[in-house]
Amino acid sequence: MKGLLITAAVAALLAGQAQAKTLTVTPGGDVQEKLQTALLDAKPGDTVMIAAGRYELTDGLSLDVANVTVKGAGPDATVLSFKGQKSSGEGFLITSNKVTVRDLSMEDSKGDGIKSKGVDQISFVNLKVVWTGGPKSTNGAYGVYPVSSTNVLIDKVTVNGASDAGIYVGQSKNIVVRNSTAEFNVAGIEIENSMNADVHDNLSTHNAGGILVFDLPNLPQMGGHSTRVFHNKVVQNDTKNFAKKGAIVGDVPTGTGVMVMANRDIHVFDNDIDQNQTAAVMVVSYTQNYDDLTYNPLPRDIAVHDNRIGKNGWAPQFPGGDVIAKAMGGTIPPVVWDGVTNFTPKGMTAPIAVHVHFTDGPVANLHFAAPGNVFSAKPDVKPTLDDGPIAEPKPVVLPKAQAGL
Amino acid sequence: MRRAFAALAALALLGAAPAPAQDTGGVALKALLSSTPAPTLAAYRLFTDDVAQHANTGVTPYALNTPLFSDYAEKSRFLYLPPGKHAAYRPEGAVELPVGATLIKTFAYPADLRRPAEAVRRIETRLLIHRRSGWVALTYVWNDEQTQAVLKRAGKRLDVSFTDAHGQARQVDYHVPNQNQCKECHSLSGRIAPIGVKARNLNGVFAYAEGPENQLAHWTRTGMLMGAPTPDKWPRTAVWDDPAEPLAARGRAYLDGNCGHCHNPKGTASNTGLFLNLEEARPARYGIGKRPVAAGKGSGDLETDLVPGRPDASIIAFRMASTEPGVMMPELGRSIVHDEGLAVVRDYIARMH
Repeated sequence: MKGLLITAAVAALLAGQAQAKTLTVTPGGDVQEKLQTALLDAKPGDTVMIAAGRYELTDGLSLDVANVTVKGAGPDATVLSFKGQKSSGEGFLITSNKVTVRDLSMEDSKGDGIKSKGVDQISFVNLKVVWTGGPKSTNGAYGVYPVSSTNVLIDKVTVNGASDAGIYVGQSKNIVVRNSTAEFNVAGIEIENSMNADVHDNLSTHNAGGILVFDLPNLPQMGGHSTRVFHNKVVQNDTKNFAKKGAIVGDVPTGTGVMVMANRDIHVFDNDIDQNQTAAVMVVSYTQNYDDLTYNPLPRDIAVHDNRIGKNGWAPQFPGGDVIAKAMGGTIPPVVWDGVTNFTPKGMTAPIAVHVHFTDGPVANLHFAAPGNVFSAKPDVKPTLDDGPIAEPKPVVLPKAQAGL
Repeated sequence: MRRAFAALAALALLGAAPAPAQDTGGVALKALLSSTPAPTLAAYRLFTDDVAQHANTGVTPYALNTPLFSDYAEKSRFLYLPPGKHAAYRPEGAVELPVGATLIKTFAYPADLRRPAEAVRRIETRLLIHRRSGWVALTYVWNDEQTQAVLKRAGKRLDVSFTDAHGQARQVDYHVPNQNQCKECHSLSGRIAPIGVKARNLNGVFAYAEGPENQLAHWTRTGMLMGAPTPDKWPRTAVWDDPAEPLAARGRAYLDGNCGHCHNPKGTASNTGLFLNLEEARPARYGIGKRPVAAGKGSGDLETDLVPGRPDASIIAFRMASTEPGVMMPELGRSIVHDEGLAVVRDYIARMH
């Protein structure tokens, strides 16, 4: 009986495998049509193999079939160039579940590089997304861009030149960003309005800002929380902020290591943070006007501990930074907090509690009376600022199929 | 203007139809419902003469008060309903259409937009078919000889030239969308859905062969539509280019028709939090005081989506005025600026306070 069952299971498995096929696309001819046709023809379980070579695309590509792997012959061998792109907001858009894109490069997309919208189980593995002309405000906004997605894996990805964030995860849940490199972008890695993210073992360098964890108002998914930023190298972020105005990252001072804006339960630990001229770690409130009763503009329950913090903060690039630095003995301390604690949501009588656990001192508390209220600053510097330990979010666990990639 | 053209074109097609040379059977409902798309448009027999586009039985021409701008292409629209089936009225969103219902839209360029019935070059005919498993989007591209339209799934680019309404020569790098791109606009919560056939956008007079009549009245009278309330309760989308209508209503109608299919809480651009569908009543949601989220260079160095009184400070107007991928809005469906549409939206913003 048991034997029968196993035989049946094996047969089912083999049948499933027999159906899965590989659609191979090779260079030459109308590559736009060939590649897009393969992406339309793929059935669940299939692999679209993009053979080594250079592909000059004229439009964005898109995939809307679930459970498909799109695979190149390696990021140095399979190159999709979007230099001649005439339409679409991104190079490659994925809107179906359980999709892996791996082992290829994308160059010079006119808008974002590769985007997933509303996808469950999206994996970006061993990709390069590059704007070949170096950092320019006319480059696309995001390199790798999952949004409104769940179970997001970004592994061994390199992004270079994004005019907003190189690796940007927005309004998503259950996220791992690891082993990746972000350089020469405005922001290296940004987690925004998202829940449960582990950002670890990445290198973020030569951006304006290294790693950002933001929560913004007026979006469908509100209340970002529970991000762990650990064991990353956040070093020498020294590219002058080249974002267009309007983009929130345009406000990130050049030379920021890690920045936490609004959000709760954010833990920054075991990172190497060095050679960032504005500050190693900044923890600040959202300062713009907004019209959203569900929004809390303050960072709360934030832990910064056990990082290896080198030389940072010697020439801060935010308004009044030089004055503040002078008042603090010439450099900005490793952790800077705006110190706002008095946010009371409409309909409540007391402010929501704010806890901090900043043990990588010294810590500058700017004691702003309200978000962004620079003139109310009464900065003081303490060895640490510690309301006691804050429970760390549990490690992010991805579905088995993704974890094994 | 557009409505007038659509009626004219429909009449012209009817009048110009030669003795049907093709199969004169009814619409091939089986072909529409098959999971394998037919290789040519003719196979569906939606028209008794495919070339002249003489509508077959059950196929009714219609027009929208405010349509999407598509590089000045003239669009003729038809709805096919299977025998004995009807649409169900919905006060919001598209009317509910039965399985088998098919929306048909032909994109064409007259050589001179001032003479819309002459020297018309058909580019593509798009179908939105309601199969049992849901809606499917297909597009059929016309050959150079204009004798046949053939299925094109991966998209195509075509050079098109025409003389515009002001007598200026125009060149368009016309983009036939790929099948996924159809869904980028025609998407509600990740599933393909019709956009145009909303009661409010159909609530206008159409010049039928038998005389002009309000479309909702016509559909109700002929049994095509069930459940509509009395005419005083019909919602209505303004006609964007009718100067007799209030400017604010025209501006909102234009943004609804050209942006609202993605920029709504269930659309492709839901993540932006910018909702331009006509139903949206919260000022911060339709752009006032709203900062961009994922616009990148699309912000154009501006900080707010819509600044009342200041079109030059409004990102919406900036992106409508661009033809650069990654900046231009909408992302798909146009390669040139819609001068007249932009002017209406700029006026609407300028006079807003």
